[in-house]
Amino acid sequence: MMRFTDMLGVFAQGGPKTLWLPEQASEGAYNVDNAFYFVYWVSVFFFILITVLLVWFAIKYRKPKGSQPESTVTHNTTLEVSWSVIPTILVVIMFLWGFSGFMDLANPPENCYTIQTTGQKWKWLFTYPNGHVDTELHVPADTDVKLLITSEDVLHSVFIPAFRVKNDAVPGRFTHVWFNAIKPGTYDFFCTEYCGTDHSRMITKCVVHPKDEFETWLENADPIKRMTDEQFAEYEKDPVEFIKKNPDFKGLLPPAAMGGALYDKFGCKSCHLLTDEKLIGPGFKGVYGGARKFTDGSTLDKADENYLRESILVPQAKIVEGYDGSMPSFQGRLTDRHIYCIIEFLKGLK
Amino acid sequence: MADATMTNPSAASTPPAGEMNYLTCARGWKSWFLTLDHKRIGIMYLIATMSSFGLAGLFALLVRTELLTPKDTIVDADMYNQFFTLHGAIMVFLFIIPSIPAALGNFVLPIMLGAKDVAFPKLNLFSFYLWMFGGIFAVVTLATGGLDTGWTFYTPYSIETQTAVIAMTTGAFILGFSSIFTGLNFIVTIHKLRPPGMTWFKMPLFLWAIYATAILQVIATPVLGITLLLLIAERALGVGIFAASMGGDPVMFQHFFWFYSHPAVYIMILPALGIVSELIACYSHKPIFGYRFIAWSSIAIALFSFIVWGHHMFTSGQSELVNMVFSALTFSVSIPSAIKVFNWLATMYKGAITLQTPMLYGLGFIFLFTIGGLTGLPLAMLSVDVHLHDTYFVVAHFHYVMMGSTVIAMVGGMHHWWPKMFGKMYNETAARIAFVLVFIGFNVTFFTQFIIGSQGMPRRYYDYEPQFQLGHQISTMGSYVMGLGFLLMLGYLLHSLVRGKKAPANPWGGSTLEWVASSPPSHHNFDEAPQVDDPYDFTGIDYKPDTDEYVFNRPRAAKA
Repeated sequence: MMRFTDMLGVFAQGGPKTLWLPEQASEGAYNVDNAFYFVYWVSVFFFILITVLLVWFAIKYRKPKGSQPESTVTHNTTLEVSWSVIPTILVVIMFLWGFSGFMDLANPPENCYTIQTTGQKWKWLFTYPNGHVDTELHVPADTDVKLLITSEDVLHSVFIPAFRVKNDAVPGRFTHVWFNAIKPGTYDFFCTEYCGTDHSRMITKCVVHPKDEFETWLENADPIKRMTDEQFAEYEKDPVEFIKKNPDFKGLLPPAAMGGALYDKFGCKSCHLLTDEKLIGPGFKGVYGGARKFTDGSTLDKADENYLRESILVPQAKIVEGYDGSMPSFQGRLTDRHIYCIIEFLKGLK
Repeated sequence: MADATMTNPSAASTPPAGEMNYLTCARGWKSWFLTLDHKRIGIMYLIATMSSFGLAGLFALLVRTELLTPKDTIVDADMYNQFFTLHGAIMVFLFIIPSIPAALGNFVLPIMLGAKDVAFPKLNLFSFYLWMFGGIFAVVTLATGGLDTGWTFYTPYSIETQTAVIAMTTGAFILGFSSIFTGLNFIVTIHKLRPPGMTWFKMPLFLWAIYATAILQVIATPVLGITLLLLIAERALGVGIFAASMGGDPVMFQHFFWFYSHPAVYIMILPALGIVSELIACYSHKPIFGYRFIAWSSIAIALFSFIVWGHHMFTSGQSELVNMVFSALTFSVSIPSAIKVFNWLATMYKGAITLQTPMLYGLGFIFLFTIGGLTGLPLAMLSVDVHLHDTYFVVAHFHYVMMGSTVIAMVGGMHHWWPKMFGKMYNETAARIAFVLVFIGFNVTFFTQFIIGSQGMPRRYYDYEPQFQLGHQISTMGSYVMGLGFLLMLGYLLHSLVRGKKAPANPWGGSTLEWVASSPPSHHNFDEAPQVDDPYDFTGIDYKPDTDEYVFNRPRAAKA
């Protein structure tokens, strides 16, 4: 239930949802809301003052047609100075308050936990320090977290109402937001810069985990990584059966489908098409099993699992003629199990 | 000398029955389409801009209807994106920028000056044809794939989209020139055609407002022209100016765009402030309070408007220093705006107020402009704007200013000068009902949006989270009520043209020169040059109850 004090916006840090503002779920939200409510009450005061005078004058001085006004005064120095000076003082306070609050929002503390945040039509990708990529934002509570934001295509904008943070995702540059989430829970994460057809569906969730549970989440976030060797062997043998038997592996799909998702998440698609046309790297259609000729003159009859694995982990080892070897290494970001899934995905592209 | 030339202006204002006025002095379509008469050009602008208002309003109702439910209600996401884009683009470029200056300004400005016409009548007609030509491009846009960029054309989306960006930007480019020529014409007219005796500080405040607006039109609009040309060049020729993929800077487009479009906000609101000064003084029958302040503040607001564009970009990634400067400058604009409101209230104090329809719009304006202005404060405040930026709070704020203030003032001005324009009175009761519908409908529509906006509802969303549905539904209901109000208005205004009571020269007790001219004015506005003195001196304007009109009954100061 909303209490009267909530309506006024008077509460300690971490206040509840009010008529005007969503729940405060970050440290910084408190300061933003106090500033908001300062302007709010100043505005309510002036709004009531003006409206009362407006209605009162319109009723009190309403006269029959042809009447003369009671006064024709056109100046009053005291009045004019006070209605100039008082608002000026108020807006100076507002400016300073807003500016100092903004400096807090704009300047993250040292040693933030940094999550790479990429907007693209029409989803968000979050890359964690350990290389895990997710389409939902998961953060630890009571930790300074910084999102380092960019865009793959057009403008997008990161907006988490419960944290009162927002910044545009601009292609070709980095921007950031930072926050310290104080309440575990699930919050809305919106795109707030118009980006075309599915702008309104470019929304995801921000999940705040208790601080001591976050690492566990991160380790287990990737179902492929989470499996024991025995489980993975079972999964390799009969994925459909394994998924049916182990519903607690959330988001687990058969290897080829997992590989397709990795192709999306890890940005392979910005250089590799799913046809046989060259973009920056070769198209993926027929990439498995094809012949290769390398820049050093050597050849390969059939691109097999070992060759593809090497190409992902040590791309510079063999460079195919006609390409410049600009592929980054995925050593440390993809495990052998992930690579297995990707190769299963590639096998299907004929 | 004054005595010798003193006349009773009311005698000049009631021409003998059957005498020609500007509407009847020539007939046939050529007499309209080739006319150089500012009044006829003003009427043509009024019809053209109000038609645009109707079209863009229809798109608004479609947008609101789609938002009755999350996901699909009547159309798909792409069509919805077109609806809100066309609503915004048509409202801004075809209606709200030209409406007050080009329609009402054209009609009223020369008469208020006691002049026969604007300084360059042929340029005036040319401006109108440019408007029509630009309007054709907007229609072409509709017919050839529409537009889905939002009216702001932000890059790089506007470079990638398959919709008719070039057609619409070409249209906006041409409309810009129409606006520039109108502004130029008004500046010269006010400088050169003021009658002897009308010093700057004896001009009606509407003229000050139009003058300040004209400065903006002439100086700011070329920047929009260049920006849109660069955008066309980028799309058509692949020149990398704004697209990061070609080495350009997408944020630079926003700087260019808002360098025009923020002053454009004042092109929209300044003439509205001018109209309200006229309405409040006229219907309070009392000299305006703080004339010089209001006059100067129009110019000050116009100049300040050039240096606040960055407040549209607080979350674009621009530097903290830039944000700080733009926040401070933005707050400085709020002061003259606030003082204007206090001046209007002080004008009403101890006045002799009559509450005809135009005054209702004047009072409605003060109420709505107060809300629109106050809700600008949290948006100027950096830390709070971060949360509110690009949410429905901003949508509600600028609708309170653009629609609640500019459109309400425009409609108020239209009702104020309607008897002058057409020589006919509209049905007062119907007009009051329409006002109530529009006023209540407007507040229901847009006040709700402040709340869902500050709760975090982003702009330009086709689909939305369930917690926002109630707010959206209330807002849509409000928009229907408002639509009904405008339909009723269209009905009684058209009815008045056919069946309306004949309007006297001065039905409201106005003191400015247009009320000296007959209703409607003759082709040359005045049969003899009117006398000029204080525009807000309401003494010696007598009410005649038997004919429900006011007549000038005073020796006015030195004759022109």
